[in-house]
Amino acid sequence: MQSAMALSFSQTSFTRPNHVLGSTGSVFSTPTSLRFCGLRREAFGYSTSNQLALRCERIRIPSRKSFQVSASASSNGNGAPPKSFDYDLIIIGAGVGGHGAALHAVEKGLKTAIIEGDVVGGTCVNRGCVPSKALLAVSGRMRELQNEHHMKSFGLQVSAAGYDRQGVADHANNLATKIRNNLTNSMKALGVDILTGFGSVLGPQKVKYGKDNIITAKDIIIATGSVPFVPKGIEVDGKTVITSDHALKLESVPDWIAIVGSGYIGLEFSDVYTALGSEVTFIEALDQLMPGFDPEISKLAQRVLINPRKIDYHTGVFASKITPAKDGKPVLIELIDAKTKEPKDTLEVDAALIATGRAPFTNGLGLENVNVVTQRGFIPVDERMRVIDGNGTLVPNLYCIGDANGKLMLAHAASAQGISVVEQVSGRDHVLNHLSIPAACFTHPEISMVGLTEPQAKEKGEKEGFKVSVVKTSFKANTKALAENEGEGIAKMIYRPDNGEILGVHIFGLHAADLIHEASNAIALGTRIQDIKLAVHAHPTLSEVLDELFKAAKVESHATTRTVSEKVVV
Amino acid sequence: MSRLLQTPFLPSVSLPTKTRSSVPGFRVKPRIIPIQAKIREIFMPALSSTMTEGKIVSWVKSEGDKLNKGESVVVVESDKADMDVETFYDGYLAAIMVEEGGVAPVGSAIALLAETEDEIADAKAKASGGGGVSQAPTSSPPTAAIEAPVAVEKKIAAAPVSVKAVAASAVHPASEGGKRIVASPYAKKLAKELKVELAGLVGSGPMGRIVAKDVEAVAAGGGVQAAVAVKEVVAAPGVELGSVVPFTTMQGAVSRNMVESLTVPTFRVGYTITTDALDALYKKIKSKGVTMTALLAKATALALAKHPVVNSSCRDGNSFVYNSSINVAVAVAIDGGLITPVLQNADKVDIYSLSRKWKELVDKARAKQLQPQEYNTGTFTLSNLGMFGVDRFDAILPPGTGAIMAVGASQPSVVATKDGRIGMKNQMQVNVTADHRVIYGSDLAQFLQTLASIIEDPKDLTF
Repeated sequence: MQSAMALSFSQTSFTRPNHVLGSTGSVFSTPTSLRFCGLRREAFGYSTSNQLALRCERIRIPSRKSFQVSASASSNGNGAPPKSFDYDLIIIGAGVGGHGAALHAVEKGLKTAIIEGDVVGGTCVNRGCVPSKALLAVSGRMRELQNEHHMKSFGLQVSAAGYDRQGVADHANNLATKIRNNLTNSMKALGVDILTGFGSVLGPQKVKYGKDNIITAKDIIIATGSVPFVPKGIEVDGKTVITSDHALKLESVPDWIAIVGSGYIGLEFSDVYTALGSEVTFIEALDQLMPGFDPEISKLAQRVLINPRKIDYHTGVFASKITPAKDGKPVLIELIDAKTKEPKDTLEVDAALIATGRAPFTNGLGLENVNVVTQRGFIPVDERMRVIDGNGTLVPNLYCIGDANGKLMLAHAASAQGISVVEQVSGRDHVLNHLSIPAACFTHPEISMVGLTEPQAKEKGEKEGFKVSVVKTSFKANTKALAENEGEGIAKMIYRPDNGEILGVHIFGLHAADLIHEASNAIALGTRIQDIKLAVHAHPTLSEVLDELFKAAKVESHATTRTVSEKVVV
Repeated sequence: MSRLLQTPFLPSVSLPTKTRSSVPGFRVKPRIIPIQAKIREIFMPALSSTMTEGKIVSWVKSEGDKLNKGESVVVVESDKADMDVETFYDGYLAAIMVEEGGVAPVGSAIALLAETEDEIADAKAKASGGGGVSQAPTSSPPTAAIEAPVAVEKKIAAAPVSVKAVAASAVHPASEGGKRIVASPYAKKLAKELKVELAGLVGSGPMGRIVAKDVEAVAAGGGVQAAVAVKEVVAAPGVELGSVVPFTTMQGAVSRNMVESLTVPTFRVGYTITTDALDALYKKIKSKGVTMTALLAKATALALAKHPVVNSSCRDGNSFVYNSSINVAVAVAIDGGLITPVLQNADKVDIYSLSRKWKELVDKARAKQLQPQEYNTGTFTLSNLGMFGVDRFDAILPPGTGAIMAVGASQPSVVATKDGRIGMKNQMQVNVTADHRVIYGSDLAQFLQTLASIIEDPKDLTF
């Protein structure tokens, strides 16, 4: 496997390693599907990849050489790490960010170790995205089966749908276990050293892990992630006042649960809980529910995800005090006005879920040893994820990715940042465009977005003197969506009419999370609307929703004439 | 009236907007005509030829916003598409009467538009007093004449609420002695939808919390008439034998009410009433639109006026209420269930108005557009199966009321009279079921005697 990656790099082409490997044997075609970060690597069989690595050991060295030639800036000398360092790269934290970085580092031929004090997979795999998707898969089906009207319109008859709480909880737990094992195996198979123990920075290029194991590395990446943020005054008992960590275990389905915070986490849990029969009260500090989403999208989403469901909400209030249920008393929530701080209301509910965001997990990392001062716990970094110390100067060879730097607290953003860092330490400058990183909320229907919101784009346009246009389309106009009886939803694109640049895309509707990538890739690659609108979408598919947007956009400049005709010849 | 309430969405003839300044004295009461000249209703527009109702997708403007002619005010979802609706007038969006997500029939008021900022408050008062759809009688001519029924109507609307508050006994322990309402999110949502007042409601949820079923029970409380008026009842054209069919909302409400009725100790008293005179009267005034139902309701109401205890209701077993108005509910079979539209103040309203009202209520019931106060404020219920030839039956007492009367068919019978002769007379049997906690046998007997004398000598029915 390692060799496969190394070989592909020597080709200078990132995208088509097949061409080299294809000649060696068809067995090589599997690893090509593993090229990108994230969790998709679980797809391959590890036993074969081990053999693969062995088989290719011989051709590894020459390929490595070719890499060294092209990347002469690297100070590593002749390929093997110099005696003074144990590793080329040490990553502290084996979450999705660390994992993404580790795999890419191996691909780049770096000798890599990853330190994990808890379980491999971090928040995403164990207490976040992954188990929540299992719960949401259940809630989506429950919702569908309970929607008599929806079923009837298909001509289907379903008698009362029910669920077994433990069964649902097991599904989430099993999924997390499976993904965690896949992640561990993928790293082991590639030869990443997984070091167990709490890791901390001892000094420049020096890391301690476990009790007193000290190792050195040329470069260090901090990827320690985050933990649920619990505002002061809130007492979490793990039973009736819980965070997402507890909620994902689904130990109970309360009749009435208050969710503090109406961001992604809160919204997804409201979807799960209401589908399983709970009633939900949102407590949001800002004046509007779903802050952070494009206002139009959040308005529509509220119409679909909040208003018709058994949900009510209090906005513009803080939960100043939450006391867990005990002695036969319910969970007590004291609300104060977010602005005046005056007491506003008291709620008595069966449970409260604290979904007020996440706090960086950076305590005890030994940052003082390299003179780094955290800001509200976040590790300050520049746009290349290089850690900035207390004096505002860069700490050499120290990087921080993912939730710990707080730039964009998403699993795939962490992974992308990790890959960006590995690119840099292996001699190729790279700056990640965060505006091309998509985000998704897996409610039913889903919400997804990439780039700027409409107000942000307008503000930017005003500042930089360009015009901003918006096009919208409805899922009601999409054949596939109608076939699924899921016409509810819109997609909107914010763009520059002068040059056709896509500034942002927001989708609310069936499979929005899967649809966003056409837009995020276009933004990442700088594809202009006038070009992408000529691309063809299969009919009838949901992807035509985006096609509709591209085609409806009014761009002044014409398609760039490209000589694609030669490549097209089959 | 109707001319003054022209929708601002239609280019209409210029309105007599000057009236207000000419009669400043009338401003005291917010609901009288001259004000309405300045406060325009925004109606649900017909956006397509097939559209019968529209859903408010979103309000582009909020209450208090200034509107300029041609600006989008609201986004409406028709059966076809979402459309922006513009105003044809300048003014202020004074009151939103149908919230986002709400559905309103084409032509019904969804908001009020005030001409000046000062009038926003007036419009708000109007909106909160009048409910969703303006039901002001369009034919009544002068201002003074309108004022009275409006006032009455308002009083009635308020009455059942206060009754409910009396009925409340248990409170949520953490609700500071009932000062705060502790209700689950869905209960609150339902209460809003079904226009049920939560204050003072008895909660059956954990720790006395008000939950959805409490609200549903109250909404269905006035009788068998459920909250279903707004809900869609999907009636399958054929019945599939052997299939298990879950209750519709209405059936569920009926079921709950019926079970609840078992907690009330009831008894029955029957009476045979000669209807020759009533039939003759009916024949005479039928052409004026009077219906037999209205006549029976009127006769019953007049008898109730003389026996207030039969018009009372006991809710908690410790006390009972002599209801302040006589509201006769009449059971009507409708597609998919049963509903009891209420003839309010049947003792006071004249027979012709009562007949018109009844027709209006039945039409609304069939269209499932009855407002809650039009079906859950009954104090006494009539159930008539005479039209099917049923000669006698007994009815179950709807919870929250004191008595219900089952009316059989009026049939020619051979009758021996006191003077020893035998003759043919039309007779009908009535059978009253009553709550024996408050109404006793003699009460019913006297009530029935009065009723019989009214029906047998019906001159009072027409005033």
